Amino acid sequence: MNANLKDVARDIRCDVIEMIGRLGVGHIGGCLSVVELISVLYFEAMRIDPKNPKMEGRDRFICSKGHAGPTVYAALAKKGYFERERLWTLNQGGTRLPSHCNMVLTPGIDMTTGSLGQGFSCAVGAALGAKLSRDGARVYTLVGDGECQEGQIWEAAMFAAAKKLDNLIGFVDANRLQIDGTVEEVNRVEPLTDKWAAFGWRVIDVPRGNDVEAVSAAVKQAQANLGSGQPTIVILRTVKGCGMKWAEDLGAANHNTAVPKEEAEAALRALREEA
Amino acid sequence: MQMREMYARELGRLMERDPKILLLDADLGKASGTLGLRKQFPDRIFDCGVAEQNMASIAAGLASYGFKPWIESFAPFASRRICDQIAISICYPGLNVKILGTDPGIAAELNGATHMTMEDVGVLRSIPGIVIFEPVDEYQLQAAMPALDAYEGPVYIRMARGQQPVVFGEDYQFDLFKADCLRPGTDLTICVSGLLTRDALDAAAELEAEGISCEVINVHTIKPMDREAVVASARKTGAVLTAENHNVVGGLHAAVLEALARERIPVSAVGVEDRFGEVGKLPYLKPALGLTKEHILEAAREAVRTK
Repeated sequence: MNANLKDVARDIRCDVIEMIGRLGVGHIGGCLSVVELISVLYFEAMRIDPKNPKMEGRDRFICSKGHAGPTVYAALAKKGYFERERLWTLNQGGTRLPSHCNMVLTPGIDMTTGSLGQGFSCAVGAALGAKLSRDGARVYTLVGDGECQEGQIWEAAMFAAAKKLDNLIGFVDANRLQIDGTVEEVNRVEPLTDKWAAFGWRVIDVPRGNDVEAVSAAVKQAQANLGSGQPTIVILRTVKGCGMKWAEDLGAANHNTAVPKEEAEAALRALREEA
Repeated sequence: MQMREMYARELGRLMERDPKILLLDADLGKASGTLGLRKQFPDRIFDCGVAEQNMASIAAGLASYGFKPWIESFAPFASRRICDQIAISICYPGLNVKILGTDPGIAAELNGATHMTMEDVGVLRSIPGIVIFEPVDEYQLQAAMPALDAYEGPVYIRMARGQQPVVFGEDYQFDLFKADCLRPGTDLTICVSGLLTRDALDAAAELEAEGISCEVINVHTIKPMDREAVVASARKTGAVLTAENHNVVGGLHAAVLEALARERIPVSAVGVEDRFGEVGKLPYLKPALGLTKEHILEAAREAVRTK
């Protein structure tokens, strides 16, 4: 593992808390649960060029849970796609960083997402496009566990396996929470590993989905499956709001919530002290 | 020639010329007439199975990759069923996806109300950035296919599959964004699309004998509608009648009303009166749903009498 990944993840986590903290409201829980994944993808796994965001043959990342946009933006700024100062424009009128990912507005964003389930199909389409282009690109995509309640996810899962899209690596942010309660209470999606396996995917289950080393190892394991004739899904068992105790303690209420300034500041202090 | 035969033939020609063009369908390749193309382009045609939503978003992903995908299904499943995918996966990012919806409105005949889109234009017309095109006959479709391909952005094509009464000829010059004046007139403007175009022309000929001069405009592109042509004709004749194989709510009638809102010109309608369809063949369905030449004649006489 890249020795700096832990630092990268901490910086991204801090920037996400600061972005949403300055605004006072946002999808804090589902942004923080995927910090480690986004760090590994952008700083270790993906072949991309911040100076050439539309580079042919680049790897794609499609954030189907579009509300995790702020985490992606923090990674893009850190990679140099745009200046860090732009992060503080999140969701301000006229911003190029809207709450949900937008491929037209933001350099480095590969697909517009926000209507759950659709981005995953778009990623399947991009993976098919990469196959047809024979450019060797890999497509990474992220869905939420609540998002797995969308029927379209399973339409796309079926198609990707049937068409042997082995250049596609999916991730499920299994943080076990959704807006109205636990995923288990609202509409159970488990057993996720069995479901994805039944749909013809290779499944990697990561019990510590917020451990950057574990995520890095899982991504490498998934990459080893590239070209095998089978798409891969990595189930990341994460904590919604991870790394910000106040948000973690809110439970399901941390999906899209007001974030008091003092809580954001306290979280940032704690994270910086840890460093 | 059947419309679907012309569509498949012309799409095949475009695919021969441009390797970026792909075709996706949802278990209706046979119904759309494109099954034969699969032999010719085995690596560029994908059957998504009965999963239209996935098909629409996959097309968006392919378009984001620089491909030019066409997707096809029956009109209800290519419009209302995938409305959000069309809006968010395709139109919001402005991706170049062509959407073919077959057998709109009463053209669905024996498939009945579940397969009859009286509302596809209404549903899609309110989505920013989409173009909505409805061909009248095989010649108009033939002329339109290269223009549809050349246009970089989302287009919905509502096309009957079977043979349609012929209105245009081989020499027809097509402009996607210009309505076609099929017959000049002075007393009434008839704005018509698709299935009712032949009926409107036949009605206009009969009305001429009664001393009513009708200008017939084929609004093949309902969005963005050629407002200039419609408004200019309406100002000239002082009365407008719309005729469409669609609900009078949300479709061509609504588009014309919107264009004429500031004109103080009366606009009446022949169309489906805000109801669902039913099973039957066209000779039953047309009178049952008020979509005949006689309905156009009656509405035209009334429009001129009361203007």
